[in-house]
Amino acid sequence: MGRANESLRTNAATAEGPTLRSTLLDAAAALLALVGVADSVYLTVQHLLGNTLRCTITSGCSEVLGSPYASVWGVPLATFGAVAYFTAFSLATLSAFGYVKARTLLAVLVAAMFVVTLWLLYLQAFVLNAFCQYCLLSAAVTTLLAVIVLIQRLTRRRPFA
Amino acid sequence: MRKALPFVIIAAVLLATFGAGFLLMRPSSGGQSDPPAATGATPNAGAQGASPAAPAATQEPAKPAPVVVEPSAHVRGPANAPVTIEEFSDFQCPTCARMHPVVKQLLAKYPQQVRVVFRHYPLATIHAFAREAARAAEAAGMQGKFWEMADLLYEKQAEWSKAAPARPYFVQYAQQLGLDVTRFQQDIDGTAAAMRVVNDERRAASRRFQGTPTFVVNGRELKFEESNDLSKLSAAVERALAGQ
Repeated sequence: MGRANESLRTNAATAEGPTLRSTLLDAAAALLALVGVADSVYLTVQHLLGNTLRCTITSGCSEVLGSPYASVWGVPLATFGAVAYFTAFSLATLSAFGYVKARTLLAVLVAAMFVVTLWLLYLQAFVLNAFCQYCLLSAAVTTLLAVIVLIQRLTRRRPFA
Repeated sequence: MRKALPFVIIAAVLLATFGAGFLLMRPSSGGQSDPPAATGATPNAGAQGASPAAPAATQEPAKPAPVVVEPSAHVRGPANAPVTIEEFSDFQCPTCARMHPVVKQLLAKYPQQVRVVFRHYPLATIHAFAREAARAAEAAGMQGKFWEMADLLYEKQAEWSKAAPARPYFVQYAQQLGLDVTRFQQDIDGTAAAMRVVNDERRAASRRFQGTPTFVVNGRELKFEESNDLSKLSAAVERALAGQ
């Protein structure tokens, strides 16, 4: 919140101008990211407790979350998801308050998350042959985030040369 | 103040996230309270408001009724072992495959104190070949090789569980174990093997188990997080040996 951030805010107000629409889109992105945070924190906890590693009668989650793809270097994949969603939430919030660089970083982050989501969907569909509803919820959230970011990029006002 | 607002929101959400994670990590209120309650009479007595009954209440579970196991059951470990673990398992369940060697390690750790009874609980709704695999193990059991086939089915799970059909693999394992393959194939489809599997499934269904593997130690069902590695299973055995 120092001088640098202040200058970013000034730039935001003058150059791109946080319009009502962009602020609403940022707020929607922040809320969506919160859904992602809740989903991935829940999955992280279930992973740590061992619950999702068990085969259960009702869901394909045990197949997906019990698979070798469910953790990277011993860390549950959902933990990376939680960090990513929380970062997305923070950036969207900052963007809603007029921090221009946050919006750019959000776009980069969401693009990366979307690529990872596509990879995870591929694994569920063609490698594991099982779908987990929590993972599908996460995929839906990331896709919507990507749509929001795309709308923002396509409709942003550019400063006059 | 407005400058600080986004950071305040972010910090609040971060705190709420950790708080929610912490709450979720805490043992669920119902079943998990059993072990601590059993270790001390005082909280028990206080909670129940019946202090004279407390000493008796703590001693009662010290002598659990011996677990009766039918002679036809598949048992590893000495018949007079003070601790009986029933392993409700599904041959197509990856976690069961992971836990199967752990159970063997447990038997090696407690050679005189523990016996393990294998119970079929094929989750047929999500595992297409689970029932057939269970019947294959039973068919091998009719030629005295149940455990050998069970070990093989878990070991090679990745191979047969994605095959369609899985039967050729089961036959191949039977050959590998030196079984009479013609008889083995007949027994897989026979009534006897099916009935044994169904009986175990009924046991599991009547206890409303939610998944596999489920371990029952001297009649007490363990939550999965109480039994998902060797140290936790060992702790459950120690508790059972201590009469808790």
